[in-house]
Amino acid sequence: MSSNSQKKGFGATIWDYLTTVDHKKIAILYLISGGFFFLVGGVEAMMIRIQLMKAGNDFLSAGTYNEVLTMHGTTMIFLAAMPILLAFMNAVSPLQIGARDVAFPFLNSLGFWLFFFGGIFLNLSWFLGGAPDAGWTNYASLALASEGHGIDFYSLGLTISGFGTLIAGINFLVTIINMRAPGMTYMRMPLFTWTTFVASALILLAFPPLTVGIFFMVFDRLFGANFFDVTMGGNTIIWEHFFWIFGHPEVYILILPAFGIFSEIFAIFSRKRLFGYTALVFATILIGFYGFMVWAHHMFTVGLGPTANAVFALATMIIAVPTGIKIFNWLLTIWGGNISFTVPMIYAVAFIPSFVAGGVTGVMQAIAPLDYQLHDSYFIVAHFHYVIVGGVVLAILAGTHLYWPKMFGTMLSEKLGKWTFWFFFIGFHLTFFIQHFLGLMGMPRRVYTFGADQGWDLFNAISSAGALLMAIGVIILLVNVVMTVVKGERVGNDPWGDGRTLEWAIPSPPPFYNFAQTPLVRGLDPYWIEKMEGNKEGMVYAEPLGDIHMPNGSFIPFVISLGMFIAAFGAMYHTDGHAWALPVLIGGLAITFGSMLVRSLKDDLGFHVTKEELIADNERIQREARALEGGKKGGLK
Amino acid sequence: MAHDTHDIHRSRAEFEFIKRKRATEMRGQLTSFAMMIFLTLIAFTVVAADFSNYLIVPIILLLAAIQVVLQLYNFMHMSNKGHGMMAFFMFSGIFVAFTIVLTMVTIVWW
Ligand code: HEM
Ligand SMILES: [Cu+2]
Repeated sequence: MSSNSQKKGFGATIWDYLTTVDHKKIAILYLISGGFFFLVGGVEAMMIRIQLMKAGNDFLSAGTYNEVLTMHGTTMIFLAAMPILLAFMNAVSPLQIGARDVAFPFLNSLGFWLFFFGGIFLNLSWFLGGAPDAGWTNYASLALASEGHGIDFYSLGLTISGFGTLIAGINFLVTIINMRAPGMTYMRMPLFTWTTFVASALILLAFPPLTVGIFFMVFDRLFGANFFDVTMGGNTIIWEHFFWIFGHPEVYILILPAFGIFSEIFAIFSRKRLFGYTALVFATILIGFYGFMVWAHHMFTVGLGPTANAVFALATMIIAVPTGIKIFNWLLTIWGGNISFTVPMIYAVAFIPSFVAGGVTGVMQAIAPLDYQLHDSYFIVAHFHYVIVGGVVLAILAGTHLYWPKMFGTMLSEKLGKWTFWFFFIGFHLTFFIQHFLGLMGMPRRVYTFGADQGWDLFNAISSAGALLMAIGVIILLVNVVMTVVKGERVGNDPWGDGRTLEWAIPSPPPFYNFAQTPLVRGLDPYWIEKMEGNKEGMVYAEPLGDIHMPNGSFIPFVISLGMFIAAFGAMYHTDGHAWALPVLIGGLAITFGSMLVRSLKDDLGFHVTKEELIADNERIQREARALEGGKKGGLK
Repeated sequence: MAHDTHDIHRSRAEFEFIKRKRATEMRGQLTSFAMMIFLTLIAFTVVAADFSNYLIVPIILLLAAIQVVLQLYNFMHMSNKGHGMMAFFMFSGIFVAFTIVLTMVTIVWW
């Protein structure tokens, strides 16, 4: 079965990806679909900035504006940022711990397809009577009053994709706890694996509250319950609690893997061991813990009372401490390093001041009395874009450049990468810096237009111009991707030349079984250690060469997810009294549970890659490596 | 994986060791079984004795919590080696849930 080197037809490739359970291919699926949703969310962002470009603009109507705004936020958080980070987690962290795959390859695929169908379902709302329009936070008073099916698309879509994310989180937890190679102790795990681990723990604990909240919402809207309906004795504030009990950990689910990517970059391109590795690890865990004790800082103005506000304000400010620890450790990693300013490193260096600016405004907002001024103004918009774009999106762009060779075996152009960086970075600060002042001048967020007499024209125009620069940067990135794919110049194991962790010790892209022999880890940065000791192979092995057991691909995850997708339509249209809705609901669930049954009853024991096949495959790998060295030099140096 | 499976050969000393460990474990299980019966008796007694509800409810909740811990550690093997990570996650979950309930009780429903 070592047929991965053979060229396949187009149809066969598609089928391969529909049925794959290989973490590296699932990573590519996440990257492509997350990237697609990133573009969709980006177009929505451009529409928002066009509408706000000048006073009294009528590019979007008030109602459409609400829909575009809601879908922008929801898409970017749930369907773009998180899946793209999951792409890197899938592509890299099993390799970093020396594993052949994640713990549950089948579930990994199921997680992806659930996310995918949930995302498609949510976006189909545009064509089926209107998108959700109550903001990405979907506050209950607005959501219950919203007409049409927009909100139902939101709640059902996020339920489906939320299951997917939860599955992915559990999978990474089990993988990292159980599948580390011999010698890979917790305190030798690369920081990206650590942040994957803590982010997965946050997913495990934060998604259930969201699911419960959405469950109530679905029942209120579709089945006549009154959890949030004040007139019937419900309580609309409870939704806000549920949402933010999930929502604040969610922002750390996004930023921690970003921290991980940057930690790798700083070490690689400063050619130094991470400064304060232990402190970085404990700061990550602490941030994870604190993340659950601060959610009410989003609700200071609700009227929780002075005691509650004070408690949550203090808890929030404490988070700045571990975050600060991280910043200083990164700076000290760069300090005295032998720095090379590759594209990932440029992003990493630019990330520090951008993210610190976002953190500082965060602490300002944590001061409850001040937040009465800032809340729901453009100041908030500036804050969270500084942390999300200045932190998460810069990490995604940096990670795309850093891990592209490992995922695809080719190298994105450094030159175009730098163009993307400058357009994006300048555009980002131009767009969002000035929004702090718009906020202080009183401009409210989530309002579709403003008057010419309010004195906000110039700053809004500048902000929109910045958005254009960011869009140009993203387009250059797309050109870069297309050119790189067309050129198809292969690179070797360690294209950046300074890789430190195990993923750089094996071919790019790695063979489907990752490691022919499980590596033995002798310290932090195992590949670097071997390199420094002159070990040409880059690894020492923990086992003799022998047969490898691998799982079979399966189409069942796709079918299970498809069933849920179909059932969601049934549940939604059932309330309109369509006769076909109930059969659709039941049919969809039947597909889902039927395919689960098939999965449970049919034994699928996987297959073995024999020792002989491994030896043959290894010869192919050696041949290709020699051809690379003989021809043009791949990679950076 | 898939390397040949090996038969397990235990030395005499190993065998004795395992036997002793099993015996201790068994003793732990019997003790906690007895304790659980006793706790259940207390629970029934407080109800039968017709104490005030403000007393009965917390006492029963407390007894329940103790029973859960006994159950987890003595019957579901959490006291055995290699369960540290699991315990960590369970207690994290309990901690988060507790924070949520505490907040809801104090600032929403009070
Ligand atoms: C030093 C750390 C941080 C502090 C002290 C902080 C504090 C706050 C506070 C108090 C608010 C509520 C403001 C209001 O609505 O009145 C807020 C909003 C927000 N923050 Fe942060 N934050 C921090 C880091 C982050 C990070 C790392 C992210 C994401 C990666 C983030 C994303 C958000 C988002 C998305 C919102 C707005 C949510 C909404 O209303 O739609 N924050 N932050
Ligand atoms: Cu928050």
